[in-house]
Amino acid sequence: MNNPAGNHNTHDTRDTLPEQAFASGIAPDQADTALLDEPLAFDPLDYSKEPPPGYNLPILPNHVSPGRLERVLRAGKFAVTTEIAPPDSADPEEVYERARVFEGYVDAMNATDGSGAHCHMSSVGMCSLLTRKGYAMVMQVSCRDRNRIAIQGDVLGAAAMGVANIMCLSGDGVQAGDHPEAKPVFDLDCMSSLQIVRMMRDESRFLSGRRITSPPHVFLGAAANPFAPPHDYRPLRLAKKIEAGAQFVQTQYCYDVPMFRRYMAQVRELGLHEKVFILVGVGPLASAKTAEWIRNNVAGVHIPDSVITRLKGARHPKQEGIQLCVDIINEVKEIEGVHGVHIMAYRQEHSVPEIVARSGVLNGRVPWHPGLVPVK
Amino acid sequence: MYRMRRWSARHAATLHWLYETVERGLVNVFPRLQQIGLQRVEKPLMWVEKPLKQFLFDSRSCGQCTLGSTGMSCPMNCPKTIRNGPCGGVRPGGKCEVKPDMDCVWVVAWEGTRQLKPEQRALHLVQPPLDARLKGKSAWLRAAEQKVRGVVS
Repeated sequence: MNNPAGNHNTHDTRDTLPEQAFASGIAPDQADTALLDEPLAFDPLDYSKEPPPGYNLPILPNHVSPGRLERVLRAGKFAVTTEIAPPDSADPEEVYERARVFEGYVDAMNATDGSGAHCHMSSVGMCSLLTRKGYAMVMQVSCRDRNRIAIQGDVLGAAAMGVANIMCLSGDGVQAGDHPEAKPVFDLDCMSSLQIVRMMRDESRFLSGRRITSPPHVFLGAAANPFAPPHDYRPLRLAKKIEAGAQFVQTQYCYDVPMFRRYMAQVRELGLHEKVFILVGVGPLASAKTAEWIRNNVAGVHIPDSVITRLKGARHPKQEGIQLCVDIINEVKEIEGVHGVHIMAYRQEHSVPEIVARSGVLNGRVPWHPGLVPVK
Repeated sequence: MYRMRRWSARHAATLHWLYETVERGLVNVFPRLQQIGLQRVEKPLMWVEKPLKQFLFDSRSCGQCTLGSTGMSCPMNCPKTIRNGPCGGVRPGGKCEVKPDMDCVWVVAWEGTRQLKPEQRALHLVQPPLDARLKGKSAWLRAAEQKVRGVVS
């Protein structure tokens, strides 16, 4: 798909070997030094001026991608993203149905890549279908199932299909999924895949050094887990991800706000909140039983006892779970350095609009969706 | 050996010094090794390097040792072989997501790193992806070669 506005940045053609680029930690992306846009002569969120769905938007000055997520964040708005669960099906209608639930409430959707090491429709497939309808997608790329050759190929393919955001993850171990006998690949890790995608974008090269004629213009994301040990190392790990190319991070579920506050205090001390957009992961818990199950069985999710007690004591646990999520959003949005929320509502996707509406984080803003602007 | 692995991280400062000494030694004799032929030297060197590193660190002989940058905890023992860890799945108490009986390699690396002097700490450096062709080759020889040729190791 062509970029109709053709606003491509020029890229430096520094003659460095891949290995040297890694060693020196070159960060060619200067756009990160100032997170927010200079005042623009037009409203970057005026969707009526957009090209028809399926065509890329022009890349704004100091932006790396044509995507709406980067526009929303750099305009200083509080962003809302969500997770769309890929179906166990080859029917595109099932994908569209799942996307429609979020319309008008989210700025972008993450297409998960074999989440929990379970087999589902691929994130490339999900993104291909949904970008054609105009949705803003965050393509998750896990290192568990593909090596460097496959990952780089997928990045080019996805960018060609209109994907403007790529999130690099290491991925859950295969033991967690429905094919525990599978061979874990892990040829790269989240850090090296971030660096490689950045190299593809900013230097128009594959890791091998071979040239790419038209680079993938993608806004680079990563995951962060402020709630897993070693706690005092976690902010430093975020710094390392920024060094590797992360421009936004979405965190693991936040159910422990005091712990998150401590993390953010360290993040601010390191000045990282001025280098990366931080979207806090939140989600509704259906009941105390679910919460306990998640705590014991899902790697990396920390749920304090107080949350379980609150759900246990509730007359309508499901409503209480939604209220808890809204409360957490309202608490974290006030923390300095938080730029948005990432709502993961697995099997409770229909509650996302209610959560967003009740939290009031959009402040009257209506994110783009296919029905928002009538096609001329 | 798992027990030795934990011991090694607790004694990271000493082992880090030992590692640097070995590297310096190899750099000093490098011209001689070149005369003999690096390929010829590699095999006998691995007779020493492999069992020693296996005993101390559970080394997998990936051929691209990062022990000096990871608090003397070998990242190849991470079931996801993450060379820039720790991942987000670390269990409460610092146990591995995949192998719940094992301490996370990167929790250990962080402990080991804190034993080192601030200028020796290198956990913040982004490690490049592994070169699969170097598996089973001598990492010491490669490190010495890089030092001699002036490439940052």
